Amino acid sequence: MALAFGTVSIPLSDTLWSFLHSVSASESVSRSDLVIQQIRLPRALLAALIGALLGICGATTQGLFRNPLADPSLIGVTAGASAGAALTIFFAASLTSLSGLPGLGLVSIGAFIGGSIAVILVYNLATNTHGTSVATMLLAGIAITALAGSLTNILEFFGDEEMLRRISLWRMGGLDGADYPRVAIAATFGSIILLTLPRFSTALNALLLGESEARHLGLSVQKIKIKLVLLVAAGVGISVALAGTIAFIGLVIPHIIRLLIGPDHRYLLPISALGGAILLLLSDTIARTIVSPIELPVGLVTAIVGAPFFISLLRHRHEFGMR
Amino acid sequence: MKTRLLDIDEVCIQVRGSNKSHSHSVLVNSVSCHVNAGEVLAIIGPNGAGKSTLLNAIAGDIAFTGTISIEGVAEQARLRARQIAVLPQLSLLSFPYRVSEVVGLARIPHNTGRQRDDEIVQEALTLMDIGYLSERLYTELSGGEKQRVQLARVFAQIWQKGDAPNGSRLLLLDEPTAALDLGHQKQLMIAIRELAKHGVAVVMVLHDINLAARYADRALAMLCSERLAFGSIKDVINQQNIKSLFEVDVHIAQHPEHDCPVVIGL
Repeated sequence: MALAFGTVSIPLSDTLWSFLHSVSASESVSRSDLVIQQIRLPRALLAALIGALLGICGATTQGLFRNPLADPSLIGVTAGASAGAALTIFFAASLTSLSGLPGLGLVSIGAFIGGSIAVILVYNLATNTHGTSVATMLLAGIAITALAGSLTNILEFFGDEEMLRRISLWRMGGLDGADYPRVAIAATFGSIILLTLPRFSTALNALLLGESEARHLGLSVQKIKIKLVLLVAAGVGISVALAGTIAFIGLVIPHIIRLLIGPDHRYLLPISALGGAILLLLSDTIARTIVSPIELPVGLVTAIVGAPFFISLLRHRHEFGMR
Repeated sequence: MKTRLLDIDEVCIQVRGSNKSHSHSVLVNSVSCHVNAGEVLAIIGPNGAGKSTLLNAIAGDIAFTGTISIEGVAEQARLRARQIAVLPQLSLLSFPYRVSEVVGLARIPHNTGRQRDDEIVQEALTLMDIGYLSERLYTELSGGEKQRVQLARVFAQIWQKGDAPNGSRLLLLDEPTAALDLGHQKQLMIAIRELAKHGVAVVMVLHDINLAARYADRALAMLCSERLAFGSIKDVINQQNIKSLFEVDVHIAQHPEHDCPVVIGL
């Protein structure tokens, strides 16, 4: 579906035909084939992968913080990852060209480090033995977002024109830069994270009881926490490096899935990944088509859907037993 | 002779990050006591006396000096969890699990198989008289119901003798009767005695002196971080000790049906 709709409209039947063509490596290449194979297919793949990563990382963060409002973009992880990526662009631009696979890889690593620092900071600030306080968590998120944002601004201020262009282009994010190298990075690291996180389902289930309770159930809580923090930071870091800031997917999707099937992470994690993929694919299709031929950044669409949802969650948080 | 399952010798616990020179930073000051397999120990004393802190140290949550030895307990965390279950003073589970799922978490350290685990969950729910809540959401329950779910969870964790590699099982309960009504308090105490009959050693912090007198084998009285008395119920629960502990005058009577003291406030 996402392949069919776009500025250049291509009938569904042709789309399917072209998709099959690309699989069977046909020789004849029409304009619509080109649009689909070179532009829309990588973009759809990237959207699905990033959406899946954001969905599963959101569900994991909420389990780790024992708090259904802990979304990576709200608690500063995304901003931390952005600052990390900007720092990498700033300092590494002189060394390498930063285009193609190695450059993207480097920016991803920068985003990963920035994201890790942000999660660790927020977790230590907001979490004690009795769980996570929503207020402290969100305030810590605001502080880190502000700090990371000003850091990025300072870099833009001191950067030369070339760097400025790179940072601001990348900051706007969106999936319009989708190409096969990006899909390859997302697929490689994304699938590692998507396959590793579900192995922590039982641990996350026990962690919801509390940290000492999980320890009394025989889990090495400290080790598990570190691994989860690193995995989430990697997932968010990759998505930030490849597609910029896309907010609220990690909040909206796990919440809806939890309402549907309950908080058992054995089902919550994989289905959140699936839901995230579908939502981002849908949002991106809307972003591409709604004011066509102009494309809206996809982050805008997810924020328009997500922000009211978040506000209603805040209003009703006592019904969900949150403090 | 019964095996001494838990042995606590000269245990001191301090506020984390403080040094020895401040006497007020000592939470537990060289306390010694012991429990045999199949016995119930009640820890009594006023608020802030260090009862819960001592229990947390036994559970392995906080650092201490001195020795706490638990006979026949495995080193490995997962095996250890099959032998020691802990009920914390308050549980803050804010995710909408079903009651049966909460109790089912207790079987994480075991590999007895899904079917047996489900049976144990149902048995534990029945024991705590909450079988009818099995499919309800935990977050919708009242305080007392939540408490009984948590109790069913810790019971399910050490449910059968085969769960423990060599049979030693220890149950640590911090104010288990806090939110329970009179009927369920009694039901809980009977359940605890039943576990003890099967060789489980139980340590519980209790505020209700009469429940301790009626259902525990031994008592440890703590006052201002120190041990005031330790021994059989009759040795510990007397007029003088209660006066020192709680600064109230009481009359100690004989229970009309059982061989234990009853504390009556004056």
